[in-house]
Amino acid sequence: MTAAGAELTLRHPVERFTLDNGLRVVLAPDRSVPVVAVGVFYDVGMRNEPEGRTGFAHLFEHMMFQGSAHVPKMEHARLIQAAGGTFNGSTHQDYTNYYAALPAEGLERALFLEADRMAAPAITEENLRNQIDVVKEEIRVNVLNRPYGAFPWLQLPQVAFGSFANTHDGYGSFVDLESSTVDDATDFFSRYYAPGNAVLCIGGDLDVAETHRLVQRWFGPIEARPVPPIPPTGEQWPTSSRSAVVEDALAPAPALALGWRVPDPVGDFDRYLGTVLLAELLSEGDASRLERRLVHDDRIAIAQSSYVGLFGDPFDVRDATLLTTQIHHPAAVPPQQVLTAVHEEVGRIATDGVGADELRRVQARTEAQLLRQADSVLGRTLAFAAAEIVHGRAELAGELAARLAAVTPEQVRAAARELDPDTAAVLELRATGGRS
Amino acid sequence: MTTSELDLSLVPPLGEPRTHPVPPAHETTLPNGLQVVVVPRPGVPLIELRLRVPFAAPTARGAGVHTARASVLSGAVLLGTEQHDQTTIAELLQEHGAELSVSSDPDRLLFSTTLLPDGLSPVLDVLAELLTGASYPADRVEGERERVAERIAIARSQPGVIARTALAARRFGSHPYAIELPDPDLVLDVRAPALRRLHGERVVPAGSSLVLVGDLDPSAATAAVAEALEGWIATGHAVEAPPVPQLETPGIELVDRPGAVQSNLRLGGLAPGRTDRDLPALRLANMVFGGYFSSRLVENIRERRGYTYSPRSSVDHQAAGSSFLVEADVATGVTGPALLETWYELGRMALTAVTEAELDGARRYTLGTMALSTATHAGLASTLSALVGAGLPPEWLTDHQRALAAVTVEEVQEAARKYLATPALTTVVVGDAEKVTAALEALGPVVVAAGETPA
Repeated sequence: MTAAGAELTLRHPVERFTLDNGLRVVLAPDRSVPVVAVGVFYDVGMRNEPEGRTGFAHLFEHMMFQGSAHVPKMEHARLIQAAGGTFNGSTHQDYTNYYAALPAEGLERALFLEADRMAAPAITEENLRNQIDVVKEEIRVNVLNRPYGAFPWLQLPQVAFGSFANTHDGYGSFVDLESSTVDDATDFFSRYYAPGNAVLCIGGDLDVAETHRLVQRWFGPIEARPVPPIPPTGEQWPTSSRSAVVEDALAPAPALALGWRVPDPVGDFDRYLGTVLLAELLSEGDASRLERRLVHDDRIAIAQSSYVGLFGDPFDVRDATLLTTQIHHPAAVPPQQVLTAVHEEVGRIATDGVGADELRRVQARTEAQLLRQADSVLGRTLAFAAAEIVHGRAELAGELAARLAAVTPEQVRAAARELDPDTAAVLELRATGGRS
Repeated sequence: MTTSELDLSLVPPLGEPRTHPVPPAHETTLPNGLQVVVVPRPGVPLIELRLRVPFAAPTARGAGVHTARASVLSGAVLLGTEQHDQTTIAELLQEHGAELSVSSDPDRLLFSTTLLPDGLSPVLDVLAELLTGASYPADRVEGERERVAERIAIARSQPGVIARTALAARRFGSHPYAIELPDPDLVLDVRAPALRRLHGERVVPAGSSLVLVGDLDPSAATAAVAEALEGWIATGHAVEAPPVPQLETPGIELVDRPGAVQSNLRLGGLAPGRTDRDLPALRLANMVFGGYFSSRLVENIRERRGYTYSPRSSVDHQAAGSSFLVEADVATGVTGPALLETWYELGRMALTAVTEAELDGARRYTLGTMALSTATHAGLASTLSALVGAGLPPEWLTDHQRALAAVTVEEVQEAARKYLATPALTTVVVGDAEKVTAALEALGPVVVAAGETPA
């Protein structure tokens, strides 16, 4: 364990308890700045949506901001913001979260608001229709009206995976969104938003005993409901290479994405850490293998990146997931040339291994990035909550720097051996934007 | 809806506010003219570094070429020195958790990185080596300029970029700020000797500022900076952009984007600068109008009408002029109604008073988020770098908070009438002209500009 890793682990002791209704509570006190963050994570994400209801987890996230038993529409935002705080929510593959960061004196207010909507959000026909319209504009701005909008996060999983859970469009089809009903929303809430299916995490400037009392006061009265089992989302390891071509009429230049299945992010954590560092070694910064080869030496790419996890956070996903490498390249360079170069670079690591010096540098950079994320009360609180819901251990978030620092060159080499060209999924984006 | 009125007796009151201590800044100016600001701060064991170098185009005529060169220089400065090649430089930084990013905008070059505390001296040594000895190897510069030109082509296919570019061009005319992105053809003409000359003339310590925030000892850190950067001596001088013009831009400019499923509405006008007495009131007027979720614009065109996902307004400061900006990306079919509602809300701000509750909410949010955004090493470093780069002392933050606390409803309305009234704003819409022209013509004269075919 490096000094910095040790310090991070020690500075943020984690307290936890569970209410009678099943709500798991994690407290991460740190009184260095007078700011507190509150996150509620529900154990339901895009992968849990039923067929015919694509995009529903995200649509429902919007519904949670439409008011609740004692809070009219718009008032959730007003009460947080007028306390000097910020708020948001986001839908992930395996969970949906709601959070606020605010001056410490606003803590009880934030707890009241989260408890009120955990008990009874205002699911009405009018709110649902309004938010379907808003979500459609969100999809237009992020996907339909821009080049590379679905690349590769909506397109690559369809090539890489087999099950509905792993392949469907988590933003949702307009047909599915428009046919959603108030009954669907009520059922979804009843099934997945039970207190026992959630984690409440509070970080920052707080007193543990006082916060314990406030949590009990506001969340204690919420009635327990049955907790659904977590459906397995892992699937068979691929045995062949798969590929697809998509056309993008708005894009001026082609792009390429490769996806390799990686070890189970939870059940096979030690092997997985080797993969996480491999992604950094391949693509992070000017000293990385792919930046040097593709961008600077061969000049066959305009930009490249590699990451683990659909949205780039390796520690907030369950099985199955990918290491993705994506490359924007000039139209004059054939995709096959880029693919060959990527496979050669991965192959070099698999065959020759990685020098201890090179790995140590990558570890230093990774450590600095983890520390940077942990510097903000909100960033730290979200990391603790994600670790609790995905890994069952909030403490893991504080240990990551140290765990990554302990990864050996041999582990990274072993991870590279698993990025086999014969089991890769390849997505080729052709630019049909009429660029002359 | 289960309730229509909020029963405030149910809402837990806010506790006593705790003070947000702003850590003191240690300021020095080195003999070579570099201004150094060092702030020790509790938090994670990291240091954040920001070096800001004034980099404005000297004249409007030369702005196109200057912007093109600046866009290549910001990547090419990392391509090597007499002593080290690009990879070795990256490795020397990476060893200390650092990765230098260099960016340019119409006012400045900005070098920034995070680093592990033990790496302060070695990272400053690499920075000094780049500042005094970047060699701009000709073949590597060629590769860099090609990549930059390709990236610009990709950026210019994004509707948000098309809209921002069109608004800047319409607002600023022949002023350098009219150029949001350099012309790719000019980028492809950039050669290594021109970059070496530009670096020699403009990457100079006088007028530049270095900010360090985080896990450091102020006197040791200041000494380390002095030792590493004392050899950075150059004879050039800082250049600032000329004052921005005030152009009359009546009516709506419509940039045609055939087949677009959304229209991008953009409005922009002059705003008070950081030292202008109108700024605190205007910032709060901006908040009430569209600066945050609890604003009139969001309630109207998102939460009531579902026209858009993230409508917003903001105040943006550049060295030669500040701006009030409004943006909303709306469904093609509601382009006219969405612009009408936006104008309506602007007019309402200008003509009728905001409520005390609106002002109070906007004020607490503005103060609260200022505190949040300076509660990390990175946030404080970026904030201080912008202030010091604008010639303001770090204490500006405290003074500005005090000024925000004193703003009245009348002052907000006066600021809104001055800066938010629609005749003071330039309007640009990017969308499918065939589908939206008629609706926009019902609101005002429309000039259709051909959309740029992606280069």
